[in-house]
Amino acid sequence: MIINHPLLGPRDSQEFTYLGDASLMHRPDRQGENAGEAFYEYQYQRDNPAGLHRELWYHEQGDRSWLVVTRDTTTHEITDVKLARDVARSEGRST
Amino acid sequence: MSQVNRLSGGLVDRETALDFSFDGKRYQGVAGDTLASALLANGVRLMGRSFKYHRPRGVLSAGSEEPNALVELRDGARREPNTRATCVELYDGLLANSQNRIGSLRFDAMAVNDLLSPFLAAGFYYKTFMWPRAFWEKVYEPIIRNAAGLGRLSKQEDPDSYDKGFLHCDLLIVGAGPAGLAAALTAGRSGKRVILADEDFRMGGRLNCETFALGDQSGADWAAATVAELTGMDNVRLLPRTTVLGAFDHGIYAAVERVSDHLTQPAANRVRQTLWRIYASRTLLTAGATERPVAFENNDRPGIMLAGAMRSYANRWAVTPGQKVAVFTNNDDGLRTAVDLAAKGVTIAAVIDSRKDATPLEGFNHLRGALVVNSRGRLGLREISVRLADGSLHKIACDALGVSGGWNPNVQLTCHQRGRPVWDDTLAAFVPGGSLPTGMSVAGAAMGDMTTTGALVSGARAAMEALELSGSAPDMPQAEDAPCSPTPLWFVSEGKGRAWVDLQNDVTVKDVKLSHQEGFVSVEHLKRYTTLGMATDQGKTSNVTALAVMAELTGKTIPETGTTIFRPPYTPVAIGAFAGRSSGKDFRPTRLTPSHKWAGEQGAEFVEVGAWLRAQWFPKAGESSWRQSVDREVLAVRKSVGVCDVTTLGKIDVQGADAATFLNRIYCNGFAKLAVGKVRYGLMLREDGMAMDDGTAARMAEDHFVVTTTTANAVGISRHMEFARQCLWPDLDVTLISTTEAWAQYAVAGPNARKLLQKIVDPEFDISNEAFPFMGCGEITVCGGLRARLFRISFSGELAFELAVPTQYGDALIRRLMAEGEEFDVVAYGTETLGVLRIEKGHAAGNELNGQTSALNLGMGRMVSKKKDSIGSILSEREGMTADRHRFVGFKAVNAGDAVVAGAHLMNKGSVENAANDQGWVSSAAYSPVLGSSIGIGFLVDGDTRLGEIMVAANPLEGSSVNVEVVSAHFVDPDGERLRG
Repeated sequence: MIINHPLLGPRDSQEFTYLGDASLMHRPDRQGENAGEAFYEYQYQRDNPAGLHRELWYHEQGDRSWLVVTRDTTTHEITDVKLARDVARSEGRST
Repeated sequence: MSQVNRLSGGLVDRETALDFSFDGKRYQGVAGDTLASALLANGVRLMGRSFKYHRPRGVLSAGSEEPNALVELRDGARREPNTRATCVELYDGLLANSQNRIGSLRFDAMAVNDLLSPFLAAGFYYKTFMWPRAFWEKVYEPIIRNAAGLGRLSKQEDPDSYDKGFLHCDLLIVGAGPAGLAAALTAGRSGKRVILADEDFRMGGRLNCETFALGDQSGADWAAATVAELTGMDNVRLLPRTTVLGAFDHGIYAAVERVSDHLTQPAANRVRQTLWRIYASRTLLTAGATERPVAFENNDRPGIMLAGAMRSYANRWAVTPGQKVAVFTNNDDGLRTAVDLAAKGVTIAAVIDSRKDATPLEGFNHLRGALVVNSRGRLGLREISVRLADGSLHKIACDALGVSGGWNPNVQLTCHQRGRPVWDDTLAAFVPGGSLPTGMSVAGAAMGDMTTTGALVSGARAAMEALELSGSAPDMPQAEDAPCSPTPLWFVSEGKGRAWVDLQNDVTVKDVKLSHQEGFVSVEHLKRYTTLGMATDQGKTSNVTALAVMAELTGKTIPETGTTIFRPPYTPVAIGAFAGRSSGKDFRPTRLTPSHKWAGEQGAEFVEVGAWLRAQWFPKAGESSWRQSVDREVLAVRKSVGVCDVTTLGKIDVQGADAATFLNRIYCNGFAKLAVGKVRYGLMLREDGMAMDDGTAARMAEDHFVVTTTTANAVGISRHMEFARQCLWPDLDVTLISTTEAWAQYAVAGPNARKLLQKIVDPEFDISNEAFPFMGCGEITVCGGLRARLFRISFSGELAFELAVPTQYGDALIRRLMAEGEEFDVVAYGTETLGVLRIEKGHAAGNELNGQTSALNLGMGRMVSKKKDSIGSILSEREGMTADRHRFVGFKAVNAGDAVVAGAHLMNKGSVENAANDQGWVSSAAYSPVLGSSIGIGFLVDGDTRLGEIMVAANPLEGSSVNVEVVSAHFVDPDGERLRG
């Protein structure tokens, strides 16, 4: 597969390490209500879609960027690639 | 007998004679021959024995689809089994042997299988070897193993090297027949980057095998002229002898180039084969079509071959497969074979045409509406039986028969991304369909354009479309445009004998029928039950025929019956090509520590730790076992001082205003308040609450920490921390970089560690206990101005430091330390001693932090701060974690002579040694020279309250159990006085 890195252009997927569902970025608030339950959901519950899947890839053999890649699990077509850091900020994560 | 079957003309160089040998007999061929054409030229029809029945077999095809003519090529370590004689380019001195025989090829003892054929039908395996059960391992399997397979492996190391390469292009063209050449010409002239790959050593495909003209040139001449023009284009890369073997995601293709297979052996410093990874914006598949046979009784005799292959041998290689030839066809293309061979002076005995309404072929014994129903000839064809249109049976003497059942487009690569071919009634064949691999289009015969004109025009047009070129395509020469018009004929059902569908796997029409009878109707079941379509040819000449037979049996159409899906590789690939340079020592990089050279000089034994090679121990003269060396090193460290290279531990530089905040969340214990100049032990948890890794973080400055990780987890922890930094807390002011390779780091441990260091630390730096206490750290200089980092940390439990200098000074530093330490009898110690020291001290390491233990298990439950957020802290409190009662303790053998073994499980004394009674396990063990006893550390249920109990450490694997006493894990200096001294 080829991943179109937002900063470096198209790169072979062999340069990357796969982590999994991009929902791993949604780490719950420790102070929130039912934090235990929320962390359980965060840690263990995943969707397994046949189709578009937002997932985390790490450019380990490259610039060490974490990317959010939108990939169709049935065709491997990649429709979107963003820096995870930008995605995290846009979703309200900060410090 | 020399080349009795060689004809005039052809694309071979008669001036260059090549000597070769087959089954020990010497022959001569000419340059341009394949092994198959050279054997045929010499009148050799018998080339092998079939897989199951050991039937005599000759060549069926003239290409990579060959199921029969498989030979062992070369000898010694280069012997390669199952090589297709049709693809082997003849070279001087070529050595080949037939295979799958006992005795000679003419008198194969295993031919008895042919007489036993009633018992060897499809599925005999599953029916015959069922019982008695005990026979399987001792009797059946060895027999089957012995009988199975075709050629023999050399079982020697491959003496050749292989390479991998990467190519990029705007258009990859797969196959250099008329369509591929037309496409390459069109794309090449446009200036785009083009790669044209063909499995043959001579580009041109069928143009080299046919007699019809392209304009005023022969097809072969036009092909040669086109190749010459393409060769002159800088933007075109021609890859002959290269098979595109698979289509992968996003326009990535794999191709293997046989760089040196046409030579006796690769030239010096040349590879045998190169595996290319081709990144293609667009791809054009112009792989042509493969002719299919018609099945009839005894259709597998040497001399019976595909009609198109026969034409290839005559026109390209100037070889006739026999002196008296017959042709059996269901289409007009088959008629060309008779015409072309007759033009070369070969006697055509008869043309048997299944079509009653075929246009009569003038000047030939054209038997319309006739069928070949049987054949005779034990080691080669002598006679065929023909059922004429009027129902009468005629015997016709001939020594070769060309069979044409129509042509199947080579759709294989279109299926590699789950494209499903669709049935074309006019062609009676599957053509590409469904969703093709990204960027792929198909032209020429591969798309069903079976005429030469069709191929040229569709090839050029497809290149224009793929590259979005404007204007008109280059003019293509006038060429034949006659449709092939086959009338479907798959098998002749007359007679009770066997009619072969898959020659390579000995699958007959009967076997397909049996499969149907027994319920294996689905194509995928048929394939697995009968082995149809497996092995080196992957059913290139048999799959569609088998489908047709099954369709007839089920009363369905062929498309309703289905199609088998093709997977990479297109043709077999040497494993060595996939390995490339990654073999032997080059399988992965070897990482050497800064002291490696010095340690080698000392005679150190090395051990692989991940990719690292670390010194394991340093034997001294007179020491005959590793234990002697290790015991000596341990005692020397505890008594005076030792030095160990600890560079391999991961080092991550953490900088930024929020560095402390960041580490406070990465580690379960607190780091926010760590003072500058101090080091703290830290435990990292996974988010699920389990312990992940441990190490130290040294605060070099307010905004600068140096974090260490275990050797094994160095890469993973860096990844984890980057994840936290970028994905969880993107606005923290912190940056990370791995500096593992940047610093050479040595542990200096033992009561004299400070005295030794004081000899090299520059005098302005005070490292006395008061100025540089336990868990202190700082930037210093050593040896007169060399910048260094000093950490007062101890893994051994002794007074100890770790000293880091830039890597390039690592070798000098170990030499200096050892020289300066002579007065203290300093020792170098390796990983074994490191292990013994830390087990004696009760420090956890990889065996304890194995991903299945928690902070609570490790006796560090209270380290997990509840006052702050850190990764894993919440889930470490969940019920399942807190309920686990295993606790970290030590074990000491009750009898000093007994060995405690890591991995042993703990049982209460007197209880049955089974899983139900399991009380825990020993995770690490060593002989402690300090205690004079074997000791271990590990996890025991309620271990912290069971000190003094005697348990059994059971080792059922080796049938031994020893009594151990539960003790504190801190065998040496439990109060930590030494390391603070």
